[in-house]
Amino acid sequence: MARTVTTNQKITYTFFAWAVGLIIFFPVLWTILTSLKTEASAVASPPEFLGADWTLQNYADVWQRSDYPRFFWNSVIISIGSTLLGLAIAIPAAWSMAFVPGKRTKDLLMWMLSTKMMPAVGVLIPMYLLFQKTGLFDTRIGLILALMLMNLPIIVWMLYTYFKEIPGEILEAARMDGASLKNEILYVLTPMAIPGIASTMLLNIILAWNEAFWTITLTTVDAAPLSAFIASFSAPQGLFYAKLSAASTMAIAPILIVGWFSQKQLVRGLTFGAVK
Amino acid sequence: MGKITLRNVTKKFGEVAVIPSLDLDIEDGEFVVFVGPSGCGKSTLLRLIAGLEDTSGGIISIDGVDATAMPPAKRSLAMVFQSYALYPHMSVRKNIAFPLKMAGMDAAAIDKKVEGAAKVLNLTSYLERRPGQLSGGQRQRVAIGRAIVREPKAFLFDEPLSNLDAALRGNMRLEITELHQTLKTTMIYVTHDQVEAMTMADKIVVLQAGHIEQVGSPLDLYNHPANVFVAGFIGSPRMNLVTGADADAESATTIGVRPEHLDISTTAGKWAGKVSVAERLGSDTFLHVAVPGHGSMTARGAGEVALSHGDTVYLTPQSGKVHRFGADGKNLA
Repeated sequence: MARTVTTNQKITYTFFAWAVGLIIFFPVLWTILTSLKTEASAVASPPEFLGADWTLQNYADVWQRSDYPRFFWNSVIISIGSTLLGLAIAIPAAWSMAFVPGKRTKDLLMWMLSTKMMPAVGVLIPMYLLFQKTGLFDTRIGLILALMLMNLPIIVWMLYTYFKEIPGEILEAARMDGASLKNEILYVLTPMAIPGIASTMLLNIILAWNEAFWTITLTTVDAAPLSAFIASFSAPQGLFYAKLSAASTMAIAPILIVGWFSQKQLVRGLTFGAVK
Repeated sequence: MGKITLRNVTKKFGEVAVIPSLDLDIEDGEFVVFVGPSGCGKSTLLRLIAGLEDTSGGIISIDGVDATAMPPAKRSLAMVFQSYALYPHMSVRKNIAFPLKMAGMDAAAIDKKVEGAAKVLNLTSYLERRPGQLSGGQRQRVAIGRAIVREPKAFLFDEPLSNLDAALRGNMRLEITELHQTLKTTMIYVTHDQVEAMTMADKIVVLQAGHIEQVGSPLDLYNHPANVFVAGFIGSPRMNLVTGADADAESATTIGVRPEHLDISTTAGKWAGKVSVAERLGSDTFLHVAVPGHGSMTARGAGEVALSHGDTVYLTPQSGKVHRFGADGKNLA
């Protein structure tokens, strides 16, 4: 029986949904608004809205004072690189866990996830020293490796849940139809898993893009991505809220746009298995 | 050719022996039905033949060649699954063409074969659709189409009709039987539905707990059940089984009488009881009679029987129609 929803309930639900949405979005909105104010207007108390002096000067200043394209490209290379490397390792791993599980598969999955429960700062010193000694410090490849390792458990888990949803009988049918393992993967499994792989990839790019702890700690100049770019506006030059906000907006804009265009895919990926 | 032989085949899952040890011969062109209650190992046995499960011991040979260690793809067998197992991202045409593509056949030959199979199975106008756009019966036909195009040595059916409604199931049963008569290829069919087993099979294999209870033609099993289990399992409604003094009088531990072999009388007879339910099918009436000391017994009357709930009735087994079973459950006849 379909549940009936009264108009009043609808209004209440809609109100709450918008309220929650606004609360979540508020910091982003505030950052964008601040980036369009003068420094004086940005720090005014009480905060100014309508009477503020609106300007695009902050963006011009930020662009002039720093090498935005370099940070941007570093972010692109690191987030995509770590995602592709992660997928290359996670696809076969999730594959074997989903379709040829062993006695300890569940334990292995839990163990992988448990590494995410550890605070990153707990391994800061060994990681830092390791990166220094091996020459990975402030290199893109170093960050690709670090972020890949950080996100690998999530990628494996997501793909594992995705693959588990593919009925085993379809793979068996392919085997009965004379498909070799290679053809079974190529013609049957991969096309069926593409939505899952795509949403895992998107989520991982976003996670890697937004990662700040390791990207700031393990870089100085050459490999610094946009997270370090934002940080650079808060420390050495004093606190300039408007410019800091402009830098933040410039850093989050690309991933926000990617996220906006792929939201359908993302939602489908994250709720996969929850609804049939 | 499609002769399949199983020798001392065993299957264990961990410590549990699902199939303790089993021998079976399936002749070329036979329609063999594996039947038994759920969990009896019939699907496992089919999967062992298919190669989708590894045997724990014994030898499976196909046309005299040891296939025990062969991967499914090399066994030249085709399988139709209960869930149809169609490839959801491919059109009907591509689904049917898939095994041919895997066999490396050229595109023109594939097209010709697919069109042929589609014509036989009435799928021609659905060839460009995806499985998701088809009804259950049409999907099952696609699954059969995918199996027949590659001309396998044998077809394996794993409860293929259990997802269909009763009317469609009846139609598909006929279609599969007709298909067997046309192709004359070995078919192995797994079902828990003994009506399917009786109507389709050349040979029925009755399984229980991984053991073969009896192998024989449908009427063989019906008329001469080897033991109490087969007697109770084959036939609908099931055979009446009676123990105690009445069995002792026949020098048996259990006696069995089929519902149609009980004479119904309102005046006198061997067992007196009261009608609990009268099921009227038009052509027949099944009387479920509560007989003191023996529980519920079922009798079949021809046409309409003017008896209903609470009426007293007498049941008498026809002479020569009583099956006698010993203490070990085996038929004494």
